[in-house]
Amino acid sequence: MDITIFGQQCVNGLVLGSTYGLIAVGYTMVYGIIGMINFAHGEIYMISAYLTAIFLALFTTVGIHSLPVVLLGVLVLTMLFTALYGWSVERIAYRPLRHSNRLAPLISAIGISLILQNYIRISQGARNQGVPPVLEGVFRLPPDSLDHRFVQITYLQSLIVVVALVSMAILTWIIQHTALGRACRATQQDRIMANLLGVNTDRIISTVFVMGAAMAAVAGFLVTLNYGSFDFYIGFLMGIKAFTAAVLGGIGSLPGAMLGGVVLGLAESFFAGFVNSDYKDVFAFSLLILFLIFRPSGFLGVPEVEKV
Amino acid sequence: MMGTDWRAAFRVGGVALLLFTPLTGLVLAGYQLEWHWQRPLWLAGGFGLGYGLLRLVWRRWLSGAHAFGQRAAAGSTTDPARHRPLWIGLALGVALLLPFFLDKYGINVATLALIYILLGLGLNIVVGLAGLLDLGFVAFYAVGAYTYAFGYHYFGLSFWLALPLGGLLAACFGMMLGFPVLRLHGDYLAIVTLGFGEIIRLILNNWVSLTGGPNGVSVVFPTFFGLEFNRRAKQGGVPLHEFLGIDYSANQRAVFLYLLLLAVVLVMVYVVVRLKRMPIGRAWEALRENEIACRSLGINHVTVKLSAFGLGALVGGMGGVFFAASQGFVNPTSFTFFESAHILAIVVLGGMGSTTGVVVAALLLTVVPEMLRDFADYRVLFVGVAMVLMMIWRPRGLRQRRRPVFQVEPSPQPAFVNPVKKRLRGPGGGHPPQWGFGGKAPNNPPNNRSDP
Repeated sequence: MDITIFGQQCVNGLVLGSTYGLIAVGYTMVYGIIGMINFAHGEIYMISAYLTAIFLALFTTVGIHSLPVVLLGVLVLTMLFTALYGWSVERIAYRPLRHSNRLAPLISAIGISLILQNYIRISQGARNQGVPPVLEGVFRLPPDSLDHRFVQITYLQSLIVVVALVSMAILTWIIQHTALGRACRATQQDRIMANLLGVNTDRIISTVFVMGAAMAAVAGFLVTLNYGSFDFYIGFLMGIKAFTAAVLGGIGSLPGAMLGGVVLGLAESFFAGFVNSDYKDVFAFSLLILFLIFRPSGFLGVPEVEKV
Repeated sequence: MMGTDWRAAFRVGGVALLLFTPLTGLVLAGYQLEWHWQRPLWLAGGFGLGYGLLRLVWRRWLSGAHAFGQRAAAGSTTDPARHRPLWIGLALGVALLLPFFLDKYGINVATLALIYILLGLGLNIVVGLAGLLDLGFVAFYAVGAYTYAFGYHYFGLSFWLALPLGGLLAACFGMMLGFPVLRLHGDYLAIVTLGFGEIIRLILNNWVSLTGGPNGVSVVFPTFFGLEFNRRAKQGGVPLHEFLGIDYSANQRAVFLYLLLLAVVLVMVYVVVRLKRMPIGRAWEALRENEIACRSLGINHVTVKLSAFGLGALVGGMGGVFFAASQGFVNPTSFTFFESAHILAIVVLGGMGSTTGVVVAALLLTVVPEMLRDFADYRVLFVGVAMVLMMIWRPRGLRQRRRPVFQVEPSPQPAFVNPVKKRLRGPGGGHPPQWGFGGKAPNNPPNNRSDP
């Protein structure tokens, strides 16, 4: 096996895995706090891809061309508006059903995800959309290779890994070291007790949805810049993949989500590179099923004990 | 209280404006933008106004809810089953005569509706009765359809053999999937079945040498005891119209399939209705309500769940065989996740476990979109909206079933009230305290009837 191909697959897997991890954070946090899968999370990611393209075009129309300003501005705006969508999803599909039976929120979230997909399809058109290439350029390792034996890392790929790490670090800091994070952790441990002790758990649940959506927006922003092309259906596949990442890492665990993302990204990219690229999605889904059946607590999760 | 209503409506409108502005007001056209500034305004105005009106109506309804509840209770004492035979007979008559008054397109729509009824009945066993959320039901549908397609293509299997075989094979797949996922509950089960459905579709799509990939496989139309429905039968056979001595009509085969499907649907309805009354059906519903209690009472959850999975899959597989026969062709695009969601919507709108509900919802979700072709773009959107509204408004279905139950009223969980904020907000924030420390307590309410 050629070492450069191996290295290249490592790079691709790492980049893919970072984006999976960012989206998986949303699943894992929501699951940790209300014990339910946010089925509309993939569509939130899809929304953020559209918002990225729209704000990018808006900045160009307005006439701002400085690249750092544009990128930062688009990222912040995308995160804000996507977070608003995440908040609305919670208000519409989850909060009214807080005390309903267990299937109800799941079904309403599936409804929301159909709504979001078709809302975008109707308002933005069903065709493929794209963004112009930004930040072109590559690193090569080793830099002075004469033949084609090198590992290529684009600037955007390195940006993805860096931004993913930074935003994960910020999120971890918020959860571990702020009053809000403490309230989140308290709500996760015991919602009723946290409520009794003066934590507004409804607001905390909303906040968790907002944070998850914001992280998905970071992923949507990065992936959109990197691939340049998307449509209204991307959320479905990305959602399941990211959920797989969350399960792999142990659902409910924040570092687990990132770890699961990277593991899934690497596994998928090696499978595509060395086995068969047609079946890489089948491979990812099989991984999900096998993990759910044989090790539902993942790498870092704690086993769920059902109390009577 | 009207002021708070309109303030809330204003807030909803504001949020809607923020939500809709970038995604409906700015439309991507290549790398450029098109401006549609009036669209978010209309949408936000509509949402705000609609929400405000809804709240007003809701409050009006709530104030009259007591009387309404009494009336409803009084109404429920009359036997709802009294007119049932009449309705069933009427519906049956219409269903039987329908194909003779429709054109070919109409019959095809009716056949599709029947297929969805069949699928809805199958999924209803799994989701509605047993409470196992299956998001990959389309996999069994695909197994059935492809059983017929492959059976015909590779082994020359006839429709009449493929129908039971497709059902049984799908049931085997259902059991195979069901066995390892028994331990999973609710959401996990949903994701596993979703993954399974996608795996089946991807394999059908990618294994081109076997399945023909996206090009699909063609299927032969069923025969009637060896008699064909064509104008001229091949290889010296006798076509049906000559055998019966009637004129040939292109509709005959569609009518035949419709009637056959109707018979199967009726049998399935009967089976499901009877099963619900049998111990196994009771066990499904009991397991849905409380698994731990059931297991401690000695119900074998493995058999109960597996039977639900297997039976649901069996029905789904038969639906698939009928689908293949009616289309004359199958390819993987018919078996996407949306199809699963559509069948789930039928079960949900029908009211989770209600057989009549499934039939009505399947008809509604198949026939109405065909009649409203102009709104085809909005079809799925409406399905989604209906799913959300149903869950919020009537999670147990439009038809509330009454059955003898012993129910302990759960104490409602108190909504969170921050005592500090409540006091700061003053009397407008809620009811004034009924009692206080040293305050004026209302010692005797005027209409205290328990007063001797």
